[in-house]
Formats: sequence, structure tokens, C-alpha cells
Amino acid sequence: MLLRSVDDSQINSVFPNTFDEYKNWDKGADELPPEEVYKSLFFELANGDKRQIGKALTRMNYAKSGWKSLIKKTTREIKKIVKKGEEPVSYKDTFININKLWADPTYWYSFNQMVKDRSSIYYWNALDRTFDEEGDVVLQDEKRRMYIKTWVRTFKVSIYVTIFCLILGFPVAHLLANLPLRYSNLLMIFVLLPFWTSLLVRTTAWIVMLQQNGVINGILVWLGIISDDGRIQMVYNEVGTLIAMTQILLPFMILPLYSVMRVIPKSHMRAAQNLGAKPSTAFLRVYLPQTIPGISAGGLLVFVLAIGYFITPELVGGKDGKLIGSWIAYHLKTTLNWGLCAALGAILLGIMLIFYWLYNKIVGIDNIKLG
Amino acid sequence: MNDTSKSFVKFEKIDKSYDGEVLVVKNLNLDIAKGEFVTMLGPSGSGKTTTLMMLAGFETPTNGEIFLDTKPISKIPPYEREIGMVFQNYALFPHMTVAENLSFPLEVRKISKADIKEKVQKALDMVELGNFGTRFPAQLSGGQQQRVALARALVFEPRLVLMDEPLGALDKNLREQMQYEIKHIHDRIGITVVYVTHDQSEALTMSNRIAVFNDGVVQQLSTPDILYEKPENSFVAKFIGENNTLNGVVREVNGSSCTVELDGGFGMVKALKINVNEVGEKTQLSIRPERVSIDNSTSDSNNFSGKIEELIYLGDHIRARLDVCGNNEFIVKVPNEGSFNHKEGDELKLSWNSEDVRALDL
Repeated sequence: MLLRSVDDSQINSVFPNTFDEYKNWDKGADELPPEEVYKSLFFELANGDKRQIGKALTRMNYAKSGWKSLIKKTTREIKKIVKKGEEPVSYKDTFININKLWADPTYWYSFNQMVKDRSSIYYWNALDRTFDEEGDVVLQDEKRRMYIKTWVRTFKVSIYVTIFCLILGFPVAHLLANLPLRYSNLLMIFVLLPFWTSLLVRTTAWIVMLQQNGVINGILVWLGIISDDGRIQMVYNEVGTLIAMTQILLPFMILPLYSVMRVIPKSHMRAAQNLGAKPSTAFLRVYLPQTIPGISAGGLLVFVLAIGYFITPELVGGKDGKLIGSWIAYHLKTTLNWGLCAALGAILLGIMLIFYWLYNKIVGIDNIKLG
Repeated sequence: MNDTSKSFVKFEKIDKSYDGEVLVVKNLNLDIAKGEFVTMLGPSGSGKTTTLMMLAGFETPTNGEIFLDTKPISKIPPYEREIGMVFQNYALFPHMTVAENLSFPLEVRKISKADIKEKVQKALDMVELGNFGTRFPAQLSGGQQQRVALARALVFEPRLVLMDEPLGALDKNLREQMQYEIKHIHDRIGITVVYVTHDQSEALTMSNRIAVFNDGVVQQLSTPDILYEKPENSFVAKFIGENNTLNGVVREVNGSSCTVELDGGFGMVKALKINVNEVGEKTQLSIRPERVSIDNSTSDSNNFSGKIEELIYLGDHIRARLDVCGNNEFIVKVPNEGSFNHKEGDELKLSWNSEDVRALDL
């Protein structure tokens, strides 16, 4: 699947001769490609497999929009010419007669990025970049830029969710590990029950809670804290994504933390105090360092899950709460641009590996403890 | 020792209850002099650890007050008490090296780096672990960890050191070795030690005085020899050392001695009157196994016989379990002098001095 992110061979199998001739075009000398290019394209369009050409067209459209309709129109005309049994004097002129765009060199330039079996176009696309006529990497049109923004948001949300999970999870895990069994069991049920509940149920429950006519707004209005017109928008935006993801991923922070805290002997805090440390010092210097394996395990777990999260941001994220996972799903199922899909996925994987490496450098992977 | 002016640690009428109903420590009065090694000895659940925790400041007494150096300490938080403590499982901080563990109490006291280094090294040398400063606790053996814990409890020069069954996790040989080592360190630096254990031989080896706890009450507080030779009640007699018991009823009281008629009509025993008051009272007689002599009666009273149930050869002595006056757990220790040639099933003539029999409560 990862190979798809660099695979560009399909189009080469559709237009092999055209591309071969294209490579001979001296762009400095002639404004348009030589006659042979037009000629090979003529025959390859006339005799090519319709489905393969269709696929190739989609690819060509990634390189420059407009290709699809241009080729479709042209193919129709070419087939007519072939049917009549005519042989054009100048293939070049024939093309230009069919459509003036064939005299526009920018279309031909876009071939440049397709002539190789391997292409980095999908990766550049995934970072809001494309090739210009010279084959240099440039930014996309402003209205087509969205991936960089989504990447940044994905990181921001993942980091925030990790931090919130830590802030909320640490005291809960501490209670779980230190309360008398009776209470800690009850608390454990409160932690695990949502954990076992379907993700969809929890996500939609958050919609019910957070929407403008939802439970929380209702209570706030009823208490008179906000006015009826001032209902807060808490869902279908980044806030909604943050709240819902934090709640959903919280157990992944609590459980590793709990498993680490459970085995820290209570005598350690006592010993530290006995040795003259105030409770706060004892916590910071004796307790906290011992929970680092749990913090790092929980943190890494939550971050990894958050960065690839899809369903929750898709449902509660609205327009500006979507994460990169949503785009991967979109290209996988809707646009069928699997190359881009694979590229987005590969970048995600790469980033994860970088984080893993950083983490290993800073904390040490041996320190991780899940239970 | 009961002079208040001399007592360094003083428990005054301490009660402690966790649930408001059951008292785990009842009306505890205890005085410990400066430089003394006092052991609280008792079975688990007897309140000895609770007492120690109250002294350390991790539990508050329900009633009463604890004085340290004549000042009440109930209101002082544990981190200001300047009391060192060796915990049951050492409670060494696993993320710090040995030296860091030892510097911790000094760092929180804001002592200068150079002084810390010197004191830590001194403390490590004291427990003969001078070269182990850079190791982590997990890299040490149980005995070494124990020494580190000891060094850490002493490094900040506390007024008092508490030890909560510190040798419980060690094997027998190491435990004995550590007992002497702790005792020597105590002798050398003269610090006051309060030690908690359920192991009586440990208590006898190390302590100046032993407080025997049972059921939240101090049963007896004395030096090891008195505790062993002159137990004041049947619990102490049973808990310290080996003890043979015979039950009976007091028939005659004569000053400090009494005559007891054994249950089951096995005869009369002359004994010291310790814990009984009147004629007709039920009593339990206590005789140490090594005070029972075989075959050579020296007195006209207290002559009995017993059937050998079991003989166990223990090298320096032979341990004989006899059936005497209805008690078939009666133990006699026969020195291995080569003259003992009885078999299991034989009848033995036994006798003991009336001063060695103590009539205690039942």
C-alpha cells in the first residue's frame, strides 16, 4: 500500500510511445512538442483501452485540472477521424483544430511529472504543494491548500488531548491506586464502563450533550449563566473534537498510570516525609519520578491514537475540527485517489516513527510500562 | 527508668483507634531514655507498629500525648520531627542511586553540596558500602539494601531512629549478622533506637529493654534477662522463649510462694506466687525447659514423672517431648553429655525448684 504513494506506472503503460517521444522534446527550442508526440498520442488515444485511459485521465487531472475534459473531447473527434479512414496531414494541426488548448504548452509541461514510473507528487500534494511547469515544487493555489492546516490541527489536537488526558487522568489513577478497595473498585467501574461502550455511542452522546440545544447549554441557560441567545457553540468545531476525544481516550492514560502507581509502595511517600521532605517535595521528587513510565506509556498511547483518530473528529469536528484521518478516509472512499491516501498515511507513519525515536531518546522505551 | 526527667521519649496514656470502636493501642505509657535501644515485641496485630507510626507522625493518637525531649509532638508533622526510620521493605527510592537516596534528606534540609558529599560518604562507610554510591537499589542484595536504608535513616543525624521489622525480609544468617551490626552501630553512635519486631530472638539479642505488646497493651517492659527469667504473666512467658505450662488451682498462699493443685489430680506443685492472689484461683504454672532436671531430685517437693513421647537430636542437646501431668507438649532440654540413654516410651523422673516455677494468670 505504501508503494502506491510513489507509484506512477499506470499512465506510462497507457501512453508509452507518447511519453517516449515527449522525452525528445527540446523545450528551449520549440514552443510545442514535435509532430511525433502528437502522432503517438493520436494513435494511443484511438486504439487504447477505454478503462485504462479513464484511469490515466484521473491521474492527469491531478497534475493539471482540465486534462480530463480535453482528452475526452479530443478522443471523440479522433475516433470520428479514424472511422472516416482519413489520415491527417499534420497531427499537430488536427489536435489544435479539435481544441485550441492543444496549443497551450502548459498542458504539455504537466506531462513532465508523469513520464517516470515513480513520482513524489502525492507526497507534495499531501503537503499542499505541486509541480509547476518547470517541474519545480510550488505551493498549491490558495483555495486548494488544506493539508498543512489539517496536519497542524491534527498535531495541536493530539498534543492538547494528551495533555488534558494527563491532567485529568493522573488524579484519577492516583485515587484508583490508593483508595480502599471498596471505593477503588467502584471507581474502576466508572473508568472501564465508558471504555467498553461503543465509540459511536459515546461520540453521539457528546453531540447530545454539547450541541446548542443540548444538555450542557440547557443547564447553563436554566441556571442563568448564559442567555438563551448566547448558547455556546461547543460541537462541530475544534472544541467539540477536543472534549470528545479527551473523554474517549482518557482510559488509555488512566490504565497505564494506574498499573504503575499501584506498585509504588505507600511507604515511599512516608519515607520521604520521614526524611524531612514536605508532602509537595516528596511528591515531586519521590512519587512523580516513579510514575514516569506510566506517564510516558499513557502519553504515547493517547498521542498515537489521537493523531490517527477518525470517527470522533469526523462526527463532532464539523468543518474545522476534522483531522488528517478524515482526509485519508475521504480519498480512500470518495475520490479513490489512493496515491494521495497512501502518501498521507506514509507521512503519518513517518511522523509517528520520529516521535517514537524522539521518545526513545528522551525517556527510553524500556521505561514504558503498560501493566 | 520511669523518672520523667530522664525520659527522652514518653508515651502518656495513648489510645489509638482506627474505626472509633476497637482500640488497637490501649492506655499506653512508655518511657524511653536517651541512648536506649528499646524493642517493641509482639505478635502481628498487637499494636506495636501502630505505636511506632504514631511516634513517626504517620498516625495520630486518639487520646493522650507523645513527648519527645519533653515537648509534645502530636501537632508536629512527620517531616519536622527529625526522626529517622527504617521501613519494613526499606522504602529505598528506586529511581535514585544509593548516594542520591542518602543525599535526599540532606538536600531537603538545604545543606551545602560539599557537606552532603562528606556526610553521605561517612554514612556509607559506616555500613561498609563505601563504593556502592553510584549503584541503584535494585542492583544491591537484600542485606546491602538494608544497610543503605539504615544509613539513610542515620545520615541526617536524627534525634531518634525507628525501625519497623527491618530484618524481616532477610534470610536467617544475614538476619543474625545484621542484628549484631545494628547493635554495634547503636553502641558506637549512641543514638536512641525504637525497634519493632515479632521475632523474640532478635529482640533479646539487640535490646536494652523490651516492651512486650499484646492486644494493644504493653504486657511487660523489662530487660531481656528479666523478661525471660521472670515473666509477669502467661502471655509473656509463652511469647518469650520456650515454656512449659501446667494448669491448676491455688490451694495455699504463703508469702511469695504458693501451692498449686494440678488439674486432673496429678499432685501438688510448689511455685512462686506471681500473678495470683487468693486461694481457689485458677492459675497457669510456667517452667522453662532448661530448669527441669532429670533423674536427680534435689528437692523434696515438685517430683514428677513423664513418659517420653518424642526425642529430637539437636547436636548440643537433645530435645525431649514428654507427657507430664496431662500435658503432652512438655519439653525438656537434655544436655548432650553422653549419659542420656532413654528411648521413646520410657518413664523419666523429673524435678524442679519451686523458685523456677511461676504461678501466672490463666
